[in-house]
Amino acid sequence: MSATGSKLIKGATGDWEMVIGLEVHAQVTSNSKLFSGASTEFGGEPNSHVSLVDAAMPGMLPVINEACVRQAVRTGLGLNAKINLRSVFDRKNYFYPDLPQGYQISQYKSPVVGEGEVVVELGGGDSVTVGIERLHLEQDAGKSLHDQSPTMSFVDLNRSGVALMEIVSKPDIRSSEQAKAYVTKLRSILRYLGTCDGDMEKGSLRADVNVSVRKPGTPLGTRCEIKNMNSIAFIGQAIEYEARRQIGILEDGGVIDQETRLFDPNKGETRSMRSKEEAHDYRYFPDPDLLPLEFSEAYVAELKADLPELPDQKKARFIAGFGLSPYDASVLVAERESADFFETVLADLADKARDGKLAANWVINELFGRLNKEGRDITGSPVSAVQLGTIVDLIGEGTISGKIAKDLFEIVWQEGGDPRALVEARGMKQVTDLGAIEKVVDDIIAANPDKVAQAKAKPALIGWFVGQVMKSSGGKANPQTVNDLLKSKLGI
Amino acid sequence: MTDLTSLTLAEARDGLANKSFTSLELTEVHLSAIEAARALNAFVLETPDQARAMAREADAKIGKGQGGPLAGIPLGIKDLFATKDVRTTACSRILGNFVPTYESTVTSQLWRDGAVMLGKLNNDEFAMGSSNETSCFGPVVNPWRRDGANTTLVPGGSSGGSASAVAALLCMGATATDTGGSIRQPAAFTATVGMKPTYGRCSRWGIVAFASSLDQAGPIGRTVRDTSILMRSMAGHDPKDTTSVDRAVPDYEAAVGKSVKGMKIGIPKEYRLDGMPAEIEKLWSEGAAWLKAAGAEPVEVSLPHTKYALPAYYIVAPAEASSNLARYDGVRYGLRVPGRSIGELYENTRAEGFGAEVRRRVMIGTYVLSAGYYDAYYLRAQKVRTLIKKDFEDCFAKGVNAILTPATPSAAFGIGEKGADPVEMYLNDIFTVTVNMAGLPGIAVPAGKDSQGLPLGLQLIGRPFDEETLFSLGEVIEQAAGRFTPARWW
Repeated sequence: MSATGSKLIKGATGDWEMVIGLEVHAQVTSNSKLFSGASTEFGGEPNSHVSLVDAAMPGMLPVINEACVRQAVRTGLGLNAKINLRSVFDRKNYFYPDLPQGYQISQYKSPVVGEGEVVVELGGGDSVTVGIERLHLEQDAGKSLHDQSPTMSFVDLNRSGVALMEIVSKPDIRSSEQAKAYVTKLRSILRYLGTCDGDMEKGSLRADVNVSVRKPGTPLGTRCEIKNMNSIAFIGQAIEYEARRQIGILEDGGVIDQETRLFDPNKGETRSMRSKEEAHDYRYFPDPDLLPLEFSEAYVAELKADLPELPDQKKARFIAGFGLSPYDASVLVAERESADFFETVLADLADKARDGKLAANWVINELFGRLNKEGRDITGSPVSAVQLGTIVDLIGEGTISGKIAKDLFEIVWQEGGDPRALVEARGMKQVTDLGAIEKVVDDIIAANPDKVAQAKAKPALIGWFVGQVMKSSGGKANPQTVNDLLKSKLGI
Repeated sequence: MTDLTSLTLAEARDGLANKSFTSLELTEVHLSAIEAARALNAFVLETPDQARAMAREADAKIGKGQGGPLAGIPLGIKDLFATKDVRTTACSRILGNFVPTYESTVTSQLWRDGAVMLGKLNNDEFAMGSSNETSCFGPVVNPWRRDGANTTLVPGGSSGGSASAVAALLCMGATATDTGGSIRQPAAFTATVGMKPTYGRCSRWGIVAFASSLDQAGPIGRTVRDTSILMRSMAGHDPKDTTSVDRAVPDYEAAVGKSVKGMKIGIPKEYRLDGMPAEIEKLWSEGAAWLKAAGAEPVEVSLPHTKYALPAYYIVAPAEASSNLARYDGVRYGLRVPGRSIGELYENTRAEGFGAEVRRRVMIGTYVLSAGYYDAYYLRAQKVRTLIKKDFEDCFAKGVNAILTPATPSAAFGIGEKGADPVEMYLNDIFTVTVNMAGLPGIAVPAGKDSQGLPLGLQLIGRPFDEETLFSLGEVIEQAAGRFTPARWW
């Protein structure tokens, strides 16, 4: 990978480099669980989405949900990764009240997806390629509830058995910024694919972050794993804290214990959860209740052919097709909803080649700006893509000026309605009638002989005349026409 | 009227069909027999009300000409099978009074075909044992006794209740399960017929798991024909068990009485153990001679990896068991022994809920799967398993139709006789575990008695999904050896 965007930390003994790898747990978008028919719906009454299999009743057997497998393969394809035509489910054995079987069904030695890569955009046009080590399918656990009774804990098994994809990156990340950008990009790809809703608040996307530090060019240091991060901002904070903590220990002559840590967002620090000595021996072995997962090249090819356009491809198309800047294209494709909105605006344009870039400016500057100001998101925009497309059309075809367009946008935002009809009804049309404009120009020249004399000596004064003409035309005169007329009449 | 309990299942089926008697009558005599035989401790739960209701329903259906293949036939069900609304414990304290809300696929197929449930049968705790002495309900007593002695003998295990109940004429047939010999060894100890089908032939759904890659349900019956009739209802593909195989279920009964002429019968030299009793040796030769007389051709074959089977089995089975039994943690159902922390709750519950043999196997299994030991034990055992499977494949590839071996290295032994050394107990499975390791079908058929008057059985091992050949060959042995019924003393 390139070192772009890497950030060295200055320590007392010199510069330190962070080495970061992430394990992202993404809940598979599916109607039912990985090995049972129970619903995956969020927020049901406790234990209302629990089958006999999820509760690990005696004699119950798991049956693979093919829809989840399809989602995992599609995700692998979206990450440009190798799809393993044969993979194996293993049991990861440990005791916990929210793990009814006493083991989690996961994939250990043979995951469904192998190596891939994700290109991550950083600020200022830089990018970094992060390698994907593997993606495997596994069951989520239930939830222990400790706040329901003073003397007992309760268990809610609604999530027990829900399918997760664990996406493991290579230790290719060198800064908290890169880490945040990687998670953002991964989330975007998953959402484009429709394989995970990426809702971090609901826990649909969580990350375990492995952090170590070293002097540049030296071997890898001992890492600590920060568990269960469910916010991109916290990931950044946790990495910054953890790297400095480790540097502090090393510079004091200490050693890093390989351990699992938790991030406390209130204190902004990480703290030890369990050390390697206490680490579980998970006694992995192939689950004898399940056959190996096998599929054909044709199956994979079919899924590949059906993949939607992903952010990188869409970005390239926006740049090549409409002359968008890489930055604008990135902004538009970051969220599937924004990209879809922009695509609808585009689809509605009378002349896409002429006005595509203009449309992008309007979506990014006017619409996103206004939405941000009001704390709304694109799905709740009062101005629809079709309305915005019409406004852009009106500018592009010269019916209204950019300035008038801003007024029109405001009217549509507040009151709704068809922009073209509004322009007609409220007399907002730009005046391009040469005779009408000429009359105004002549009147102003006649009324201001002193300014005319000054302008002949100092041509920049033409701006004053333009302003006067626009003012008296109510902003509707075509500025270019006004400019041209004034130049010829003033002889400058 | 003759005692209806002495009929075979096939005879009873015909009697019911031509209305010589009703299912309710047939059921009542069996309920009485069960009541009179409580000294055998074969049933851990009698369900007379349910039995009568099912019998009446069967009679109504037979009356309308809608009786299924097992209409009105009273059966016993091993307590490893989940039975809806009827306590199911796997004969472990840890399940306590667990009552499933679901019915196992195998038993639901029996009820679909009209069978009547008499109750739940005793077994070794979680099917771990070869003598039925590990049950939390106490040992099962074999209806057979040595000539002139009244020492109580084990019926074998783990399906000891099934074998004892069928031998003592308490039920017309029984369900059983076999992980390392748990159908065939007790059948041999009680002069009943036991069929362990090909892995994947019967659904495992709803059967309390011991070792998932080895467990298979099968029937124990009074005759080869009875067993074949039960087999047809128990077998079949089940989408709820991924390891069950989607293959048509043949009419197994049609194979009974079919000619075995020209079949090649493998006699594996590696099964001739040092110190094998002469009477077992003799029985084996007799079996081969009977098959030869019926037109089959005995040939010596080699299964070179046989000696590794038992040690490998006692790695694979406990490994899977240690994981399968993790769900019995006191959190959701069954026994809960409280503690000051969740860790203590687990420890207390499992220490009190599991018997000594189950605890031993959970610990062995946990050990062999541990980091650092996995490759040396579990992985190596799986490699051995592949070699054992290949031994059989090579043998069948040479045209061998089935393999004949003794079913057990000895006749039934006394209760408490082999308690001290677990390895001595494990050696009971020496002839049967290879079949589970290879996933093949195997049948145990009564073939004679030892010098003390106790029954001995022979085992036939078949090609994958060729249970039919085993029924054909088994019946030849049955015809030649005759049937054996214990003298009633209880």
